Amino acid sequence: MFRRVLGTTLGFVGYTIQYGCIAHCAFEYIGEFVICSGPSMEPTIVNRDIVFSERMSRHLCKIQKGDVIIAKSPFDPKLNICKRVIGLEGDKICTSAPSDVFKTHTYVPKGHVWLEGDNLRNSTDSRSYGPVPYALIRGRICLKLWPLHSFGTLSESPTRRII
Amino acid sequence: MAQRATAGRRYLRAFVSGFFIAVPVTVTVLDRFAYLARVEGASMQPPNLHPSGATNESHDLLVFPVCFMYVYCPLRSPRNPQQKIIKRVIGLEGDFIRTLSYKNRYVRVPDGHFWIEGDHHGHSLDSNSFGPVSVGLLHGRASHIIWPPNRWQRIRASLPANRGPLDTEEDEG
Repeated sequence: MFRRVLGTTLGFVGYTIQYGCIAHCAFEYIGEFVICSGPSMEPTIVNRDIVFSERMSRHLCKIQKGDVIIAKSPFDPKLNICKRVIGLEGDKICTSAPSDVFKTHTYVPKGHVWLEGDNLRNSTDSRSYGPVPYALIRGRICLKLWPLHSFGTLSESPTRRII
Repeated sequence: MAQRATAGRRYLRAFVSGFFIAVPVTVTVLDRFAYLARVEGASMQPPNLHPSGATNESHDLLVFPVCFMYVYCPLRSPRNPQQKIIKRVIGLEGDFIRTLSYKNRYVRVPDGHFWIEGDHHGHSLDSNSFGPVSVGLLHGRASHIIWPPNRWQRIRASLPANRGPLDTEEDEG
């Protein structure tokens, strides 16, 4: 009796560990589902959208200009941010507002990316804290799953900031 | 013949199930709990304090990787995302640091950042060249030296002499 209970308990623990590890590997190396919140990516992603973020292109260093990515916030490692990659390392970025007469430019340093939200008026991004290290990127958003009527890949950047 | 086919199938099944247990468990342990790493380069080889420790008070963020040689605080390099570097944490967020060769003489470490330095000053690419680094780049904390066996030990937190955050009173005064 006792042996049988012990056996089932051990089996249950073993299966839990096994499936937990498989889930960890899937989330870490294939992709994960993310609920977005906040206004910074409107109109591409609005509040409470559910998106799928894939991890492979980050591990293979295949992030390109125009991709929407999820990254760790440089100022709070527990917080994730969702932005669009505007420039990769070595790119020239215009940092001034479109209405400014004098344009200011900066270069993205090695190993960094320049991130901006699609909602330029309501987004805290590289324009305020500068370029972000590439290693903070967690994944690239490839699919929007919810709401159903906008299911599919994400649209292009509406801001025309990518040169 | 039929018996051999069933035996072969049984072996195949055992292999597949073992594979599906062993690989995810190994990857998860390496990702979440601890891993071994070999340290290369001269940046953490100080002449005076050879095998000493990592300094970190904020251990909640860190897992404890078990590391090979003199290893302190591995993190992803801000310059090259493929590379991991190992440095000592000199200051946490909010600390005032007297820099060695950075563009500013004194720096306040911003929120969510560390000030890191190699023990071998002048031979180390650290915060003195690229500034404070984000905590999100941190990968783990070196806890043990495993190889060579005569230097097997736990790595304790310690700051090098004359390095470390300045007192706030001193800074105000």
